[in-house]
Amino acid sequence: MTIRGKAYIAGVYEHPLREATGKTVPQLHAEVAKGALEDAGLSKNDVDAYYCAGDVPGMGGINQAEYMGLNLRQIDSTETGGSSYVVHVNHAAQAIAAGHCKVALITLAGRPRADAKEKYRVRPGGGAPADYGFEGPFRPTVTNMYGMAAMRHMYEFGTTSEQLAWVKVAASHHAQYNEHAMLRDVVSVEDVLNSPVIADPLHRLDCCVVSDGGGAIIVVAPEVAADLKRPCVKVLGAGEAPKHLNGGKVDLTYSGARWSGPAAFEEAGVTPADIKYASIYDSFTITVVETIEDLGFCEKGQGGPFVADGNLISGVGKLPFNTDGGGLCNNHPSDRGGITKVIEAVRQLRGEAHPKVQVPNCDVALAHGTGGLLGSRMGSATLIMEAPGA
Amino acid sequence: MSEQKVSKPKVKAPRVNPETSTFWEATAEGKLLVKKCNACGEKHFYPRSLCPFCFSDDTEYMECSGRGVIYSYSVTRRTSEPWAIAYVTLEEGPTMMTNLIDCDFDQLSIGQPVEVAFVDTGEGSAIPFFRPL
Repeated sequence: MTIRGKAYIAGVYEHPLREATGKTVPQLHAEVAKGALEDAGLSKNDVDAYYCAGDVPGMGGINQAEYMGLNLRQIDSTETGGSSYVVHVNHAAQAIAAGHCKVALITLAGRPRADAKEKYRVRPGGGAPADYGFEGPFRPTVTNMYGMAAMRHMYEFGTTSEQLAWVKVAASHHAQYNEHAMLRDVVSVEDVLNSPVIADPLHRLDCCVVSDGGGAIIVVAPEVAADLKRPCVKVLGAGEAPKHLNGGKVDLTYSGARWSGPAAFEEAGVTPADIKYASIYDSFTITVVETIEDLGFCEKGQGGPFVADGNLISGVGKLPFNTDGGGLCNNHPSDRGGITKVIEAVRQLRGEAHPKVQVPNCDVALAHGTGGLLGSRMGSATLIMEAPGA
Repeated sequence: MSEQKVSKPKVKAPRVNPETSTFWEATAEGKLLVKKCNACGEKHFYPRSLCPFCFSDDTEYMECSGRGVIYSYSVTRRTSEPWAIAYVTLEEGPTMMTNLIDCDFDQLSIGQPVEVAFVDTGEGSAIPFFRPL
């Protein structure tokens, strides 16, 4: 069985807030759910499947389903970090194709910025994993773990800080047109290099924003899509893969996209050359460089030269990416960017991106999520979608 | 800046469990262990009861020389006390996470030879940091 042509993305919604003081996390999840359902022209009572990840407080999605008053035939709280929501589209498409549900709701929400100001914090718990005693004493942080991947990529392939900076420059060119983006100023390569180093070799402007808010996606069966007024995006293929330290045989120069990408392309029946727009997870600039190589947009090690000189800028380069400004400039809600990656790809395929960044004749698009750490273990998920009527 | 270049290791006792107590007890005696699989011959890190390569439960600890080379590193600088996290590839094969200590952070490089430098936690274990040779 395949999901090809068996499921459609009918509605999406990105929360407009970037600092959500005065709102609770369950409330934010419900608000984005409502927004996506309204976008689809569906109601809460149409939803028969709910997908969420570790940003939902409580036991899997059960507490949140209760909050939203959902009556479900399917519930899935697969947790793979920021890539979870791309995984969820795949799982929802599989469930729809198997006849287990017809309208699947996927949500993400959080408030790390508001948490820093208001003492209200609900984070996922859980015991210590087996690796913890062998890593915790050395104080891994998100930035130094991505930093080690970047250092090794530079060492093996000659990738430079200037090349990494081009990823941020391209994102900023797109973010200037997004009224909700946290950072709307266009920056230069020099601006990135002159920003302070957080952890070698990553500067502050190599890092994504911290933002509140969230987003939601509605995935429906073909017979539901046929009755809706809004244009529906067809799911063509998906792939998922975790990557880890492999018992001590460590290689930080590639991500799980090395496996999730080819699986998605095979199922979709398309190649990287067919992709008109790509949402590439951009927790850091190095994340984009390694992922673009792993997805096959260029050869391994050539990601640095590939992203340079504006090659990721819509209307300028060969691979328009993250036209909402991405995690680097627009939004990284609850420290997870997977859902906004799918949302902007849907906007592109519907022809509803900002006119300044809309890719002409955007018939096939890709969204890729990376959750966890490029420097140790991560979840990777690739989703390929087709425009309405294509 | 000069005092920022020399690291002072922060020592936090690791969480020890029945699978890893042998490893941590050895650290208190200044020994660095990895696990070797008697079925497939592969060595692995962090130590597990089952070999992560062939799933055999016939694994045993072996003592390492304590020498290796830097696979990658990153100095966290936006803090009052910078530190250098790293992966070191041991002479025996496996690569492990550590911190690089007793060194000038601006003189570090990938491929540089290093040796283990245990720092006592005061709780029956020592943390395997590394320093350049």
